[in-house]
Amino acid sequence: MKTTSIMIVGVGGQGTLLASRLIGHVLIEKGYDVKLSEVHGMSQRGGSVVTYVKYGEKVFSPIVDPGEADFILSFEAIEGARWIACLAPNGKLITNTQKMYPMPVITGAMEYPKDAVEKLKGMSDTISVDALEMAKSAGSTKAANTVLLGVLSRYMPEIETEAWMEAIESIVKPQFVELNKKAFMMGRDA
Amino acid sequence: MKKLLLGNEAIARGLYEAGVKFVSSYPGTPSTEITEFAAKYGEVYAEWAPNEKVACEAALGASMAGARSFTAMKHVGLNVAADPLFTSAYTGVNGGFVICVADDPAMHSSQNEQDSRHYARAAKLPMLEPSDSAECRDFVSVAYEISEKFDTPVLLRTCTRVAHSQSLVELHERSEKELKAYEKNPSKYVMNPANGFKRHVVVEDRLKALEAYANESPLNAEEIRDTKIGFVTSGACYQYIREVFPDASVLKLGFTYPSPIEKMRAFAEKVEKVYVVEELDPVIETDMKVNGIRVDGGKELFGLIGELSQTKIAKAFGIDTNDARSFGEPVPPRPPVMCAGCPHRGVFYTLSKMKLTVIGDIGCYTLGAAAPLSAVDSTVCMGASVSMLHGFLKARPENAAKAVAVIGDSTFLHSGITSLTDIAYNQSIATVLILDNSITGMTGHQQNPATGYTLKMQPVPPVSLEKVCEAVGIRRVRVADPSDLKALESAIREELEANEPSVIIVRKPCMLLKNVKPKPALSIDPDTCKGCRACMRLGCPAIRFENKKAVIDNTQCVGCGLCEQLCAFHAIGEGKQA
Repeated sequence: MKTTSIMIVGVGGQGTLLASRLIGHVLIEKGYDVKLSEVHGMSQRGGSVVTYVKYGEKVFSPIVDPGEADFILSFEAIEGARWIACLAPNGKLITNTQKMYPMPVITGAMEYPKDAVEKLKGMSDTISVDALEMAKSAGSTKAANTVLLGVLSRYMPEIETEAWMEAIESIVKPQFVELNKKAFMMGRDA
Repeated sequence: MKKLLLGNEAIARGLYEAGVKFVSSYPGTPSTEITEFAAKYGEVYAEWAPNEKVACEAALGASMAGARSFTAMKHVGLNVAADPLFTSAYTGVNGGFVICVADDPAMHSSQNEQDSRHYARAAKLPMLEPSDSAECRDFVSVAYEISEKFDTPVLLRTCTRVAHSQSLVELHERSEKELKAYEKNPSKYVMNPANGFKRHVVVEDRLKALEAYANESPLNAEEIRDTKIGFVTSGACYQYIREVFPDASVLKLGFTYPSPIEKMRAFAEKVEKVYVVEELDPVIETDMKVNGIRVDGGKELFGLIGELSQTKIAKAFGIDTNDARSFGEPVPPRPPVMCAGCPHRGVFYTLSKMKLTVIGDIGCYTLGAAAPLSAVDSTVCMGASVSMLHGFLKARPENAAKAVAVIGDSTFLHSGITSLTDIAYNQSIATVLILDNSITGMTGHQQNPATGYTLKMQPVPPVSLEKVCEAVGIRRVRVADPSDLKALESAIREELEANEPSVIIVRKPCMLLKNVKPKPALSIDPDTCKGCRACMRLGCPAIRFENKKAVIDNTQCVGCGLCEQLCAFHAIGEGKQA
């Protein structure tokens, strides 16, 4: 079988690592070979962050190169734009509509691209969601990551809802399990 | 049982399974998690040392005492530990001794792109290079066997893509190793010239034996498939090659120094074209060429800089890859920044405002170099701020009132104390700011000797930074709070004007520490805000400018109050927004 490549992109502190670990967990339970790659350190301090998840019968390289991502899950509007070069010809972009201004925009050195999500929709197969608002109604804005994961899960039909719930139970801290389950289902059913 | 493990976690698992008793390290990306995960095993003693040299020596001492011992560090950490490393090659070991060095090609979180494979050659030590998490675990136990069989420390080299990738690992039980007997043996462990000279002979003989072993080792495996094209490679590059050329033949090197010259020669004869694929320097390639082995392509195809990947390799061979679409307009970069509420922000705001020369150091506060603060003049290596300021002021004594050094608490204990001793001893009229945020921050919150806790969270008496500074001969030592901008500025001014060396300990805990509770978010009254942008000069990620007014993002603001102090119109405060 072909290896599937997922990129999770966002801003340090948005919870991209949790999302990738949940995906990794369900895929292993399904018996796939899985590789995850992440970069720690400087990139955590509010910088642009990228996590790769690849799965299939046998995975070699842990990283995703330009033109290779079957899915890009973007936690912030222009992070999807930053990494759009990585989307495969038939790939799908799932993006949060949330905007977070990077420092060059805050200092006035650069403009935040206008209508980034609309532009992405014009150039690729793109689904946008207001994950922050959905997470807020689930109980906390911190669960925006699981809302987005819920949206992605719609396109991984081989994984049943129960497997995702089990992953949340085994990885998320007990006091946040219910919140994350609710947030995930909001994304999955939206 | 198979588990998805980070390369670093798999190394820690390997240490546990190999019966390792002693681990001492200093944090450094991408090596940090090895020691953190090792500390979770009750059977393994694990500690943070003040620096990599101390950690390496402590591990050598534990090895001499008969325990299987270990130390991990990032590539530049090995420069700090190089002194004991080179002579440990002469003493050899008692209990097995493994040194893990994690390189960072592409400099995801480092100040240089050095290739630590040169250390194996320079120190004459064997080196192993795993290519995924399963090998990280497996190679650790092989490294201990080699260490004890050949009486040598062993280098285990990873890179960011191995250390920080997760893949499946089969877990095994721990094999408990009794301490080996310790007997006094000066001819092996007292490296005076007479003994050292004899030991050098041992080192050279050992290298020959290790080269023979490298040619036998199953870690250097020939995978013969299509013989039109063959690759010699190691580490993460092996995975890229397998992805691009699944049918090609590969000589996969896991035991990379001494090079398995005979295996390389035999492989080159079996394939029509032989290519060497390695990141950074032409290390494998050079070894093959000087031994007269044909290489049909290497560095001229892949370059000396940065990481490789499947696409970079494919392109070097003219293989078509998927087209990359372009967003069509510039996307503003998102560099790492000091967090909202970071205690360093007030310091760099003040230093920038005072237009001082700022000799910087390694840590979160390196971010003080970024716009809009743009306060930092130099960043070189751990501890360099203090000693470089000393040299700077000896060359330009007239700048004494215009230059400072900034160094974090952990970095000061790592290698700033000897530098401060130089200032006190040789009397440069220097002003040093120790930014004490009560944690080792950039590597992800590790304890250090000044925090009062060990790696395993045992409470211990904390090092007093004040007393250390006084003890090395600094008479003017004072403490300042970075959240009071006026008081901080006048403290810096006073110490710059003093006619002797001084230290200001700028003390406030990292905002991200669990015991630091954020204050309520501040807001800006849009009617009172004049749009003067004074608050924007802080470079706070929680403040943005919209419709000619400053706006605070209440999901990020932790109420540190710096912007409130800067607002001449009192537009900022709690509950100011309509």
